[in-house]
Amino acid sequence: MLKDITLGQYYRAESVIHRLDPRLKLVGSLVFMVSLFLFNNPICYLTAAVFLVIVIALSKIPVKFMLRGMKGIVFLLLITVLYHVLFTTGTVIVEFWIIHITYEGILNALMMFARLFMLIVGSSILTLTTTPTKLTDGLESLFKPLKIFRVPVHEMAMMMSIALRFIPILMEETDRIMKAQIARGADLGSKNIFVRVKGLVPILVPLFVSAFRRAGDLALAMEARCYNGGEGRTKMKVMHLRLRDFISMYILALYLGAIIVLGIFFKGLPAIVCEDMQCGLEFLIAFFKGLKG
Amino acid sequence: MDKMVFADKISYDYKAYDENGELKGTVRALDGVSLDIKHGDFITILGANGSGKSTLAKQINALLCPTEGTIFVDGKDTAEEENLLEIRQSAGMVFQNPDNQIIATVVEEDVGFGPENLGVPTKEIWERVEESLKTVGMYEYRKSSPMRLSGGQKQRVSIAGVLAMHPKCIILDEPTAMLDPQGRKEVIRAARALNDVEKITIILITHYMEEAIYSDRIFVMDEGKIVMQGTPKEIFSRPDELTKHRLTLPMATQVAYRLKEEGIPLPDGILNRKELARELIKIKEAK
Repeated sequence: MLKDITLGQYYRAESVIHRLDPRLKLVGSLVFMVSLFLFNNPICYLTAAVFLVIVIALSKIPVKFMLRGMKGIVFLLLITVLYHVLFTTGTVIVEFWIIHITYEGILNALMMFARLFMLIVGSSILTLTTTPTKLTDGLESLFKPLKIFRVPVHEMAMMMSIALRFIPILMEETDRIMKAQIARGADLGSKNIFVRVKGLVPILVPLFVSAFRRAGDLALAMEARCYNGGEGRTKMKVMHLRLRDFISMYILALYLGAIIVLGIFFKGLPAIVCEDMQCGLEFLIAFFKGLKG
Repeated sequence: MDKMVFADKISYDYKAYDENGELKGTVRALDGVSLDIKHGDFITILGANGSGKSTLAKQINALLCPTEGTIFVDGKDTAEEENLLEIRQSAGMVFQNPDNQIIATVVEEDVGFGPENLGVPTKEIWERVEESLKTVGMYEYRKSSPMRLSGGQKQRVSIAGVLAMHPKCIILDEPTAMLDPQGRKEVIRAARALNDVEKITIILITHYMEEAIYSDRIFVMDEGKIVMQGTPKEIFSRPDELTKHRLTLPMATQVAYRLKEEGIPLPDGILNRKELARELIKIKEAK
């Protein structure tokens, strides 16, 4: 039951994106996010969308699977869209009571929607195509320079990977404790929220006790296998940048360059789009009036 | 010194705390234990719960240092700080709970953890991992997640993890206590194979008498002391003493003992069913 939950929603597939160096994917996701926030311009969003679609196609992740993860943020998206539609000043289309809907508002809302949507899809590609272990390795390697400032990078990465290893074990344990407490008459399914929160105490306490015991055991086992920090350690899996990583780097740079050039060159585009929308609407209204007449 | 383990009257005190966390006194877990283990031996340390056998195991791996007396592992004193890593490398340890000693999320990475700590070059780590996993028969599972393995398989991975450090001695601290009979068989078979083929000294700590019958020598512990020692045959022919130390005999030995009491002329120290059957057939044919 609880055991089936996969962490970090990794999707197993054989693709170029899966095989890319995790460091590159981390940097790539960051570049993509930054590129979304550089300019608020329809043509930039269009470029980003094309880029994203190509990456998704290359990653061989079913679109359905990707969208399933988006369910949780539908509400957030809706609020953002409504906010922008209702509270942007500009040329008014409809006006009643205190609500003004403007052309700029509609355009802004659409662009915000695109920005947030792509932001989340873009970052989920990272976790969908990279195993948590590789992600940790990538982070450790990227943050290595921070060692000069005495940031315990290796220790933090080790903690992260151990946490990842123990999440399923602790979940199983939670399951077992829950069953044990239910067998003793604990009421975990109550509709009353206070009763339910109170019911968590007899689950959390043994869970913590056992987690501490496990931590002690694990520390002993690590010590028995000569672990004593990051000093003098070698790596079993060394990350090498391959040709595909360099090609991807080049593509990434091209993409960022394209976004910047387009953003500067088509600076006036949002205003033009608004005017076009206005013209279009007026044309439509005139057209329908003509039909009636 | 060509001894694997040499302990000279070691004692160990645990500090005992009361409910308020104040020092109440000490509990003597080991009391004047002397050990003498040769290279290549298969040793079993038997004892009931609380007999001090796990504390003894931790002394050999230098996880604990004796309060009194000295212990030499492969000729090195465990009390010396600079010997620690060498001792832990030459005397590897496998613990009771397989879940709490597997560090990585992939089998091969876990086996590589020890060599990584020792600073072994990357290429050699891979060679060692492959070799150790093949030795314990887990090579085809090298890419699996430890979560998907059975208890016996997990323990074999743990053994491989120790093996990849190229130890001279492996201490198995109740490796089968949490396993089903099938898993127990797997682990004991792997340990025996290591002793036979790789000539690695095995120190098996257990309270299952059945697992002790293959060893060269058995030490029986009770209340922090070594109370009996000898070959399996010698030990198992003293059932009354064993019962006194809270241990139960293997079924076949028990049956043989009872039959002997009833007047059937069986020899002392029968260890397994096969042997019992053979002896009974002999007696029948003699009639």
